[in-house]
Amino acid sequence: MAIRFVQPSVIPGFRLALGFTLAYLALIVLLPLGALVFRASELGLSEIVSLALDERTFKALEISFVTAFLAALFNVPFGLLVAWVLVRYDFPGRRLLDAMIDLPFALPTAVAGIALTALYAPNGWIGSYAAMLGLKIAFTPVGIWIALVFVSLPFIVRTVQPVLAEVDREVEEAAATLGASRLKAVWSVILPVLTPAILTGFALAFARSVGEYGSVIFIAGNIPYVSEIAPLLIVIKLEEYDYAGATAIATIMLAISFVMLLVINLIQGWARRRFGRV
Amino acid sequence: MSDVSAPARLMSDAETDTPARRLRKPPRLPTEESPLVRVSLIGLAVVLLLAFLLLPLVAVFTEAFRQGIDGFVEAVNDPDGIAAIKLTLLVAAISVPANLVFGVAAAWAIAKYEFRGKAFLITLIDLPFSVSPVVAGLVYVILYSTSHGVFGGYLQSHGLQIIFAVPGIVLATIFVTFPFIARELIPLMEEQGTTDEEAALSLGATGLRTFLTVTLPNVKWALLYGVLLCNARAMGEFGAVSVVSGHIRGLTNTMPLHVEILYNEYQFAASFAVASLLAALALVTLGLKSLLELRYADELAAGRRH
Repeated sequence: MAIRFVQPSVIPGFRLALGFTLAYLALIVLLPLGALVFRASELGLSEIVSLALDERTFKALEISFVTAFLAALFNVPFGLLVAWVLVRYDFPGRRLLDAMIDLPFALPTAVAGIALTALYAPNGWIGSYAAMLGLKIAFTPVGIWIALVFVSLPFIVRTVQPVLAEVDREVEEAAATLGASRLKAVWSVILPVLTPAILTGFALAFARSVGEYGSVIFIAGNIPYVSEIAPLLIVIKLEEYDYAGATAIATIMLAISFVMLLVINLIQGWARRRFGRV
Repeated sequence: MSDVSAPARLMSDAETDTPARRLRKPPRLPTEESPLVRVSLIGLAVVLLLAFLLLPLVAVFTEAFRQGIDGFVEAVNDPDGIAAIKLTLLVAAISVPANLVFGVAAAWAIAKYEFRGKAFLITLIDLPFSVSPVVAGLVYVILYSTSHGVFGGYLQSHGLQIIFAVPGIVLATIFVTFPFIARELIPLMEEQGTTDEEAALSLGATGLRTFLTVTLPNVKWALLYGVLLCNARAMGEFGAVSVVSGHIRGLTNTMPLHVEILYNEYQFAASFAVASLLAALALVTLGLKSLLELRYADELAAGRRH
């Protein structure tokens, strides 16, 4: 017998629901992304590579990747600390703090962008103190990094938090009974359980940061070769009617998105096999 | 998940008790950190969160009211500002219901049936989350631009304009908010299974009636939760909308784009005034979201219980 596409069910409406889902998905997501891939294939791989290796484009991609990586990296210990404090300790204002974690998700990126610029510009609340020390934050890659730390923090906290909450306290007790110090127990008993969540959070934070636009462009200063990010370069190419250039950068970024999505799925598959949950 | 573990709760009970009881406070459990470590960790987390998350929010409102209430009202009550607010509301009013219908249909198909390729379908639904907003805008330009688009010739000959017009803004917004409602509903409806629906059907209810009176009440809070997040993003989207909008004042400027234009014209107070409206929307969204998590935790999807 041939394998059925769908298991029989008494519940009606499968064809309608799935049909609508697929049609909407195709129209809104697949067709537009397909158009990008189509235009990229017209350009050809060698053309895309040579457009990407253009000095300004290459530099913009490099800046986007390095700052996104460093922001996600910083958010691993930061996010872990926040998740730990929120899950394990009770203190006044804990719920408020917990609600605040999602602020970067809820606050429009342009608003975050101008707010961060107001804080870190040389005449800003924090920027003026940094200027006294001779440090420049806004309009440098450091400013980009700060904006990316802001937008990607919730990804790590929100992936680690539920897993940490479900950690079986008995394994910690066992570790303590066996003579492990508290630090040792946390390091070698709890941390391994959290690893898949940390990796997933890191990948999500990185993927979001690489493509981030609104919160970055105000604080970045957008100096070519110094603080110009890849998404901004797409916008600039479009404004110059350089559709081939814009398509090439977008194709590379889309490929990265797919790779990150694949990595996240692999991590979760590995976690399911290793720990029996995501 | 919102509570601390049982031993810790016992301890905090003891702490709030009479001084006599406090003397007999049980020794620190081996699975807990010393009070000093505890306080330092909490302190460090609070200070970092206030600096990284709260300070920008405070900056928005401070800058918005730098020239007093009058300056704020003047900035918001400007024809281009009003047009931007109206357009933002219109875009959200179209894109949120569109994604709501999609989310319900997708969740119904995915959660109530077993079919091949389901995991792949879920991955595709989540795809817009991992695409850069600028790329999201660009793909619509590639498709619908009258000068360079794949369908450009057709649109040109029929006098239709999508890019640099409202339809493009709506499409780009739908793209970036695509997964919000579906991803709230799918895990919850999978968890709930099909027994309730089967019972209703066996008692003679029609499919539609089963959906309206059994399924929908079961997922209403999760639905609201998804709508809330979807709406916040729809009203606040910047990158994707920026690419397709063309920034035509009074016509294709949404609130976030208006913030950018004012800012780039050095009208900082006005820019922050409009931004503060969006920030207020974000705060209301977070408040309602926390309320839903607090009161209806069991009726939200598993991952949302905190």
